[in-house]
Amino acid sequence: MVTPTQNATTIEAAQNTTDGVVLSTQGLSVYYGNKLALRDISLDIYRNQITAIIGPSGCGKSTLLRCYNRMNDLIPSARVEGRVLFEGTDIYTPGVDAVEVRRRIGMVFQKPNPFPKSIYDNVAFGPRINGIKGNMDDIVENALRQAALWDEVKDKLHESGLALSGGQQQRLCIARALAVEPEVILMDEPASALDPIATLKIEELMQELKQRYSIIIVTHNMQQAARVSDMTAFISIDRENPDARIGVLVEYGLTQQIFTNPINKETEDYVSGRFG
Amino acid sequence: MAGQQLINGNFERFLRRKRLIGRIFWVLLLISTLAGLIMLAALLIDLALEGASWLTPTLFTNYHSRHPEQAGMKSAIVGSLIILALTALFSFPLGVGAAVYLEEYAPKNRLTEFININISNLGGVPSVVYGMLGLTVFSRGFGLFKPNSWLVQALNLPVDPRNGLIFSVLGLEMRLPLGNSLLTGGLAMTLLILPTVIMASREAIRAVPNSIREAAFGLGATRWQVVSRQVLPAAFPGILTGMILALSRAMGEAAPLIILGAFTYVPFLPRTIWDQFTVMPIQIYNWITLPQPEYRVHLSGAGILVLVAVLLSMNALAIYLRNRFEKRW
Amino acid sequence: MAGLSRLLPASRAVSSPDQKGVFSTGLSWRLRRIYEQIIKASLFLCGLLSVLTTIGIIVSLFGEAIGFFLRPEVDLYHFLTSTMWRPLGRPVSPDNFGIMPLVNGTLMVAVLSGAIAVPLGLLSAIFLSEYAPERLRSVLKPVLEILAGVPSVVYGYFAISFITPIIRNLADWVNSIAGTAIQVDFFNALSASIVMGVMILPLVSSISEDAMRSVPQALREGAYALGATKLEVALRVVVPAALSGILAGFILAFSRAAGETMIVAVAAGSTPRVTLNPLSSIQTMTGFIVQVSFGDTPMGSINSQSIYAVGATLFIMTFIMNVISNYIMRRFREVYE
Repeated sequence: MVTPTQNATTIEAAQNTTDGVVLSTQGLSVYYGNKLALRDISLDIYRNQITAIIGPSGCGKSTLLRCYNRMNDLIPSARVEGRVLFEGTDIYTPGVDAVEVRRRIGMVFQKPNPFPKSIYDNVAFGPRINGIKGNMDDIVENALRQAALWDEVKDKLHESGLALSGGQQQRLCIARALAVEPEVILMDEPASALDPIATLKIEELMQELKQRYSIIIVTHNMQQAARVSDMTAFISIDRENPDARIGVLVEYGLTQQIFTNPINKETEDYVSGRFG
Repeated sequence: MAGQQLINGNFERFLRRKRLIGRIFWVLLLISTLAGLIMLAALLIDLALEGASWLTPTLFTNYHSRHPEQAGMKSAIVGSLIILALTALFSFPLGVGAAVYLEEYAPKNRLTEFININISNLGGVPSVVYGMLGLTVFSRGFGLFKPNSWLVQALNLPVDPRNGLIFSVLGLEMRLPLGNSLLTGGLAMTLLILPTVIMASREAIRAVPNSIREAAFGLGATRWQVVSRQVLPAAFPGILTGMILALSRAMGEAAPLIILGAFTYVPFLPRTIWDQFTVMPIQIYNWITLPQPEYRVHLSGAGILVLVAVLLSMNALAIYLRNRFEKRW
Repeated sequence: MAGLSRLLPASRAVSSPDQKGVFSTGLSWRLRRIYEQIIKASLFLCGLLSVLTTIGIIVSLFGEAIGFFLRPEVDLYHFLTSTMWRPLGRPVSPDNFGIMPLVNGTLMVAVLSGAIAVPLGLLSAIFLSEYAPERLRSVLKPVLEILAGVPSVVYGYFAISFITPIIRNLADWVNSIAGTAIQVDFFNALSASIVMGVMILPLVSSISEDAMRSVPQALREGAYALGATKLEVALRVVVPAALSGILAGFILAFSRAAGETMIVAVAAGSTPRVTLNPLSSIQTMTGFIVQVSFGDTPMGSINSQSIYAVGATLFIMTFIMNVISNYIMRRFREVYE
């Protein structure tokens, strides 16, 4: 059984740069049918930080991310044990509506997926269905500005969202998520389908956004994690039972520490490219 | 050696014979495919010759009459249109609703599988069976509303021996059973085309990529919001096309309505959905069965031209809509 | 450690199951939930309608059919074995109510129309799937769809005004040169079958074509690489691989033909008889049902009740054929995956 290495120094260092934990998993395990996919993940996400989740492909990073906004509910065979606390409350408490969780914890997906509607309607969709009152034009403009897309689309708000370039579409998806004013933004490999220039724009955007939001990003690109994130969690396959492909949290700490001076040997092997 | 033999003369001849057979086959295939087309052309020519001259305004303004020169299909045309409207009105919500349930809501359990099997079987049931179903259930109500039925006796219902139980709901007159009325016809046709509508709608819904649903869920939409605001609007062109094609099939059906008791001699235009009616295919059939060639050959030919014109325009509309709004994901 | 203790506010979470902490418990949320449940229930009812329809069919058909068999003039044994169907015949006897002539008529028409639709449909499917260039295909397919969309009344008219005279003239010509005495009734099974074959041809063609198109390209390429010609690939690789789908399509078309009504009502006749002669007038099950309904038979009379018995028989026949067709499609589909 691997225990995640979070030593006190790391946590204290993290503590000093933030004012609290916004999301916390405690003993989180995820099953697909009978197959255990993630075991016993305990992880604190700090407010207004960018937390990266890295690890070799297929070990459950996206699964973990999707636990935070209960997107795994949509998969019939998925079963979650343990707790996921958002501002102190377990989001899996019976009676908590997943719909509200998702309004407060937004998500951007790997492949940009704008709706087949106008840019305006794409951004307005979230506020409309959540019954958010207010001047819709202002809400849309505000979200597009935050996503650094306003200047590029302000004259063509009524054109289809699908007519934009890949990078613009992804920023549209970010604007769309921002329009409902979440507190946390989950990003599942947001730049993996984009070219390097668009990727750079997204990364710059993330730095801007973290002033107002907490961001968790899953990425298979280690350099990206090193550039962009404040904290990094390394998820990998349980070494003691490699065939079962169970994801476990190997190490979690300040990005700087993980990449230059990791505590765990496996982490060191991964970040120096010896496997993965 | 065998290898040597293969390289000289013999193989060439072998290959040439294969090519010849292949070419003959190609021609054979083309003919088979065109056979239907040729038949269709023959049909159209035949119709044009026999029927076109009888395509006069009288056809549209008059009712059926014993004098061929004065006979028309006014009541049949109106009847067809009303049946079409009723069928569309009922089959759209029921068909799309079932499709949405099966694609977006239904859990993978035995009941769902059972529903699936039912729908697929119902698609293969002969149309006469739907006629008999409509007759027993809608038109006659299992005989439950006859003056001497157990239901009437037990509940002491005030039934009229001819029209059954009449009552009013919100000012609208209701009758049970429904009799051989437009309403019965519409309901029976709805059941007839429902499997087709459901299957076409399911395909259209399935074609909407999952990423759209995920994005909508991720923004905090409820399942119905995802369906009603993203999936259905995106699937709508496909659904509409499927519906139009199903409806055009309903327009051409005569057998179920004959069994339901749609008359052939309807010298009036229906005013309410409780009225009796006739439709174009039945009128045409009636004419075909009459001995005089004016009816049997000419009038029916003209009537067919009208029917085919209506159907062709519906199909053309469906194809146009499909091409215009086809979404390229 | 001081640092760790500052983390405790997070772990001292509100954990009792009733408290929802930072999430709302307001009325609007509960109303929203109820609304969603109502929607789901309504949609479920739409789905359930199909089950209700099937039950309705079974109850109405078999319920009335049982009423028919309970009549003293009729019994099940004669229904199944007698070779006469004369519901209005006098004297009234169970022998008058034998289903065989009608079944004979239905099957004869179905087999004959299948004999036309199956080869032509299969060949045109092979053509469209394996030979035709995309542009030709995009023209021919809609045409075939049009064929399927023509109302059956129209086909009936075509049969009686065009095909029947041709057959009769042909028979006369053969008689005149060969001295035979072939007799073609005005209403006959062959005329109806030819036309019906054309009508169900698109069905056979499209099902077979779908089956062939789903054969993986890799199979074809393997054969081509061995030096096979297009013909050989089509006939020896693709068709055998798609055979289950093709067969299922045949059976489905056969079932369609058995259930078809207006063509036979117009062109095949109304004389029920057991015969193998396609040139004679016959009556099918569907033709009989329409004939009775078209006339003005009083409700509850033996004639009007008999249509339910006939309808029930037809339903059973087509149901069995559809089940077999589905079974073949499902069971053998995995074979080459």
